[in-house]
Amino acid sequence: MIVAEQKPIKELLEMVKDFKKVLIIGCKGCVTVCNVGGSKEVAILASTLRIAARKNGKEIAVEEYTLERQCDPEYVGEMEGIIDDYEAVISIACGVGPQFLSERFPSAKVFPGVNTKFMGGAIEHGVWSERCAGCGECVVHYFGGICPIARCSKSLLNGPCGGSDHGKCEISGDVDCIWDIIVRKMMDQGRLDELLEFKPPKSWITARDGGPRQLIKEELVI
Amino acid sequence: MSEFKSGSNLEKVLKAGHFAFTGECGPPMGANVGHLRQKASYLKGHVDAVNITDNQTAVVRMSSWAASLIMLQEGIEPNFQMVCRDRNRLAIQSDILGIYSHGIRNMLCLSGDHQKFGNHPEAKNVFDIDSMQLIHTAKTMRDEGKFLNGQDVDVRPELFIGAASNPFAEPFEFRVHRLAKKISAGADFIQTQCIYNMEKFREFMKRAVDMGLHEKCYILAGVTPMKSVGMARYMAKSVPGMDVPESLIKRLRGAGKGAVAEEGIRFAIEQIEKFKEMEGIAGVHLMAIEWEHRVPEITERAGVLPRPTV
Repeated sequence: MIVAEQKPIKELLEMVKDFKKVLIIGCKGCVTVCNVGGSKEVAILASTLRIAARKNGKEIAVEEYTLERQCDPEYVGEMEGIIDDYEAVISIACGVGPQFLSERFPSAKVFPGVNTKFMGGAIEHGVWSERCAGCGECVVHYFGGICPIARCSKSLLNGPCGGSDHGKCEISGDVDCIWDIIVRKMMDQGRLDELLEFKPPKSWITARDGGPRQLIKEELVI
Repeated sequence: MSEFKSGSNLEKVLKAGHFAFTGECGPPMGANVGHLRQKASYLKGHVDAVNITDNQTAVVRMSSWAASLIMLQEGIEPNFQMVCRDRNRLAIQSDILGIYSHGIRNMLCLSGDHQKFGNHPEAKNVFDIDSMQLIHTAKTMRDEGKFLNGQDVDVRPELFIGAASNPFAEPFEFRVHRLAKKISAGADFIQTQCIYNMEKFREFMKRAVDMGLHEKCYILAGVTPMKSVGMARYMAKSVPGMDVPESLIKRLRGAGKGAVAEEGIRFAIEQIEKFKEMEGIAGVHLMAIEWEHRVPEITERAGVLPRPTV
């Protein structure tokens, strides 16, 4: 899923300081799962804005709404006839949400309420970890089911660099050296030979480097 | 066709069977050409080639190719270092052509320290290709006359291709295989990480020799004299992939005030003597970090002077 975290409250207050009528829109997709952008978080953020305004002697009306998914025009369409009543809209979906809202409702002033971090999952309660860089051509099968593009700080494809230190990456003792894990796993599986094969430079055409991406499934196009 | 791949002095020295001795020089953090020339003067005549580092530890310095050209002007053979952190494949290939066109004949291929270490941690990194692929790129351009996209290179950059090996990084069992992979990718010579744990290095070299790697590639043992106890402690604790045994730190401490640097040099010289005898070792790469002025003394005492003329 897409993992996000809330923007600092100070930054959000600054964004909406000139508005008296604000709508906060949550999303029941990924951001609900990572506890940052669901209906619960919409309510908390709304209360926070109200309290902050009262403290500063300002008047503000904050309304709450949570869509099934902000990355789907069908659900975004629900805001028709509602969104224009507000001076400002804070979307607390991933980066897709504020853009879909902005595109659908050209006159709406949309602000992002979260910082979108990465594609990953929860490795334990309250801890999320990156797994995928969205390169557009999955290669994890060459590396014991582990992605060095997303998880090696240098995206190395041919083995661990000289900075691998007791299983940790040279950038920080808190970051696993993923190549250490890949090598040990492949050795355990008796697949060292596969790692000794030279991996040629990867084509990044399928990644963001090839320009903004779009996917068309002909059979679904009406 | 020449019997040499590049005809560089380093290649000739190694091919003639001499025990090679190379140095290192970090470009200035500014356009201080005078200082660079001064450092070069300490190295001239004492080493076969000088490795010019490429924004080492991800700190911005004068570009390695520019500093390499200054070395050429000073009559020193540069070993141009290139890291993958700051260049994509277009820049890499054009820089290879550029440095060759200016007379540089050795190139060391590295992935590069992550920018998080350095003085611009906010930078976007590149790592379009890795060090293995960089070695292969340089070799393909030289031997097959092809760019990475398969198009022809009209005049081939005939470079002597170097790579790094860190026997002390983990997983240890994989390190010799990684070395083998670099040699297969096209490395003509190898510079190792600074060696302090001689026992572990012997084990690494035994494995390399058992695999016959020393016959396919020239391996230069990395030596960095310790200047102080603080430096030894820092390297032991804070430099990832560095193995500094406690016994060495103790020995340096035992030297007492004012004598630690001398003890560090003595240890380095002892190492060099051992490397001269060690099977599979073709020479030493001396990384006297910001200690270039001590190189004449170290080379003299290590008995590696005069450098061979080939």
